Amino acid sequence: MILKRMFKRRQEPDVQMEQGLEKTRKGVFREITKLFDRAELDDELFEDLEMLLIQADVGWDVSQQLVQELQDRIQEDHITNPADAREILRLEMIKLLELATQNRKIKLLQRGVPFVILVAGVNGTGKTTSIAKLAQYHKRFGRSVMLAAGDTFRAAAIDQIKVWGERVDVPVVAHQQGADPGAVVFDSVQSAQQRGVDVLIIDTAGRLQTKHNLMAELQKLRKIIQKQIPEAPQEVILVLDATTGQNGLVQAAEFTKSVEITDLMITKLDGTAKGGIAFSVAKEIGTPIAYIGTGERATDLAEFNPETYVDSLFFGEGEGF
Amino acid sequence: MFETLSDRLNDTFAKLGRKGRLTEKDVDEAMRDVRRALLEADVNFKVVKQFVASVKERALGQDVMQSLTPAQTAIGIVNEELIKILGEERVPLNTPDRPPQTIMMVGLQGSGKTTHTGKLALHMRKQGRNPLMVAADVYRPAAVNQLQALGKQIDMPVYDEGTESDPVDIARNAMRFAQERGFNPVIIDTAGRLQIDERLMQELVNIKERVTPSDILLVADAMTGQEAVGVAEAFHDQLDVTGLVLTKMDGDARGGAALSIRAVTGVPIKFIGTGEKLDALEPFYPDRLASRILGMGDVLSLIERAQEQTTEEDAERLQDRMMKGQFDLEDFLDQLQKIKSMGPLDQLLDMIPGLGAQMRQARTQVSDDDYKRIEAIIQSMTPWERRHPERISNSRRRRIARGAGRDRQEVNQMLSQFKEMQKMMGQFGQMAKKGKMPKNLPFNFP
Repeated sequence: MILKRMFKRRQEPDVQMEQGLEKTRKGVFREITKLFDRAELDDELFEDLEMLLIQADVGWDVSQQLVQELQDRIQEDHITNPADAREILRLEMIKLLELATQNRKIKLLQRGVPFVILVAGVNGTGKTTSIAKLAQYHKRFGRSVMLAAGDTFRAAAIDQIKVWGERVDVPVVAHQQGADPGAVVFDSVQSAQQRGVDVLIIDTAGRLQTKHNLMAELQKLRKIIQKQIPEAPQEVILVLDATTGQNGLVQAAEFTKSVEITDLMITKLDGTAKGGIAFSVAKEIGTPIAYIGTGERATDLAEFNPETYVDSLFFGEGEGF
Repeated sequence: MFETLSDRLNDTFAKLGRKGRLTEKDVDEAMRDVRRALLEADVNFKVVKQFVASVKERALGQDVMQSLTPAQTAIGIVNEELIKILGEERVPLNTPDRPPQTIMMVGLQGSGKTTHTGKLALHMRKQGRNPLMVAADVYRPAAVNQLQALGKQIDMPVYDEGTESDPVDIARNAMRFAQERGFNPVIIDTAGRLQIDERLMQELVNIKERVTPSDILLVADAMTGQEAVGVAEAFHDQLDVTGLVLTKMDGDARGGAALSIRAVTGVPIKFIGTGEKLDALEPFYPDRLASRILGMGDVLSLIERAQEQTTEEDAERLQDRMMKGQFDLEDFLDQLQKIKSMGPLDQLLDMIPGLGAQMRQARTQVSDDDYKRIEAIIQSMTPWERRHPERISNSRRRRIARGAGRDRQEVNQMLSQFKEMQKMMGQFGQMAKKGKMPKNLPFNFP
């Protein structure tokens, strides 16, 4: 009998996500809330707002769009109270992110078929750490997890994932450095099938989206997985660094083109970065953001929630709710 | 994905040009383009504001409005101003009063510190030095192993004490070790840290006090967004950073972060990282980064990519064959494959300055699929046929078409195009022999 378990979707705002984002929110972004503390809605407010959005890497286009929509709504609905205007902006921003989250496909875990997650991204975004977090996340639901050391290129990347494997107590399939990543992937899928593992998470070497041959290699890895398990990889995650600027949009576009990214994970949100690139990506590419990384521990992972994201990063603690 | 500044300014001035005389308001319009392009290149918004103000002043003074090519004049001014901020001269590493020369690598997680510690060590050994690398990142899993592995790769010593010691002690002991054994320079890899992590920032200050480095290099990712300035300021405030290493410049980020850091902190950019291989470290050229931020194409990078694919002997041999009219389908296929491995065609076209607007149409005409088609046809030929394309008979053409899965017409077309090409090359060869090159190249580039 095939037992289907659905990924649990929580309704209440994620406590962990909020805690992780706490450090981030202490930056300039209370200023958006502060901006609307003034008595009336004047041109200066909109200029300042545009600047604040750009400062958060929201990008020129989307910042313009948000401010324009806000101005239009204010005029249409004859809004004079700045607090009302702030609420409109807040809802607009949430709506923008929801555009993408609604594209998220609900994936099913089937008994006897490993749920394969392929993790990709440019160099230094935190793929390996994120994999440890994902392993921890799935373990919390009582699933058995296996990792594959698919980054055979970077010096000691294999050691790094092995250390994480020990820390979160899951087995790691690994070859030598310099080995063919395709072979590692093949072995790991076989081994996951044989051992009846629920979730197999595959690390890949960091690659810049401009490296044509490396992007082709990623496609190949995908095919190798698919050949063994037709419905896999069920999840292909692109890891984006929250400190990334407008190039994040190019990354999302190029990786999506090459390997059909199903979900995004935004990492390093424990700094002062605002992760504003999420808005451009949601608008232009529409790839859903599924997870956020908020620290260096294996437990510092949260499911993405548009409302919490917007409130924590842009409107400051306790406001907005 | 983003329209380039040169395209945008050309469009704007073309629109304005129709009205006759330009006004100050029109220049404002153009400055809006400049502002947008810089923001899309991740230049910090504060820097953009100042920058646009100074460009505007110059633009009005130099009468961009009266220029026959206002767009070009404006781009010229922007370019010059960018180079001015980026620093016109290259700043080398500092030389200490007494050896060993000590360099600390600092930065956020994932910016590329460990890799660039290896690159810098290799770079300095090439200059006849005897570097020691120090593994002072005891936090990230396997960071010490990573540096050791790099050391093994380039056959260079690494000082480490595992992950149990305190980084300050490791740095101090490493200095003693270097002095005893005559290593110079000493390059210290530190753990990645957030600029707001007070405890870890203090650790860097302690290391600095202990080893008095002659250089503290902030390693920064070229893809960083608006936050780059905040990060750099925090590191600079605490440590007095002496230089910037800009990494991942082999990607397609415009690299505005570097401009912002330089403008706000005044710290010079000393090196750029341009690849994953350990020799991919280059001195910094302000003019290249300026054209990149402007999206004005990057011929130099294009040439570099081409050089990666071919050796000088190869190129000479090929040139020789072309001149003698011996260029055959084997050579042609080889060239096609080299171009293909340089990357997708549209990316290559983007690197050619000034082609942006005009090429957009061509882009739909020449696609990577055309490559594949031609490749398939040539690969369906026997080696003899490739060397003697002029002698391919009709029945051979039929067979080739079947083998490539294409129409016979396509094979005919390809062969006649190739014949034209050969003829042209022959003419070149003769002209070159006579010592004069043709003024108008007969190329009919699509």
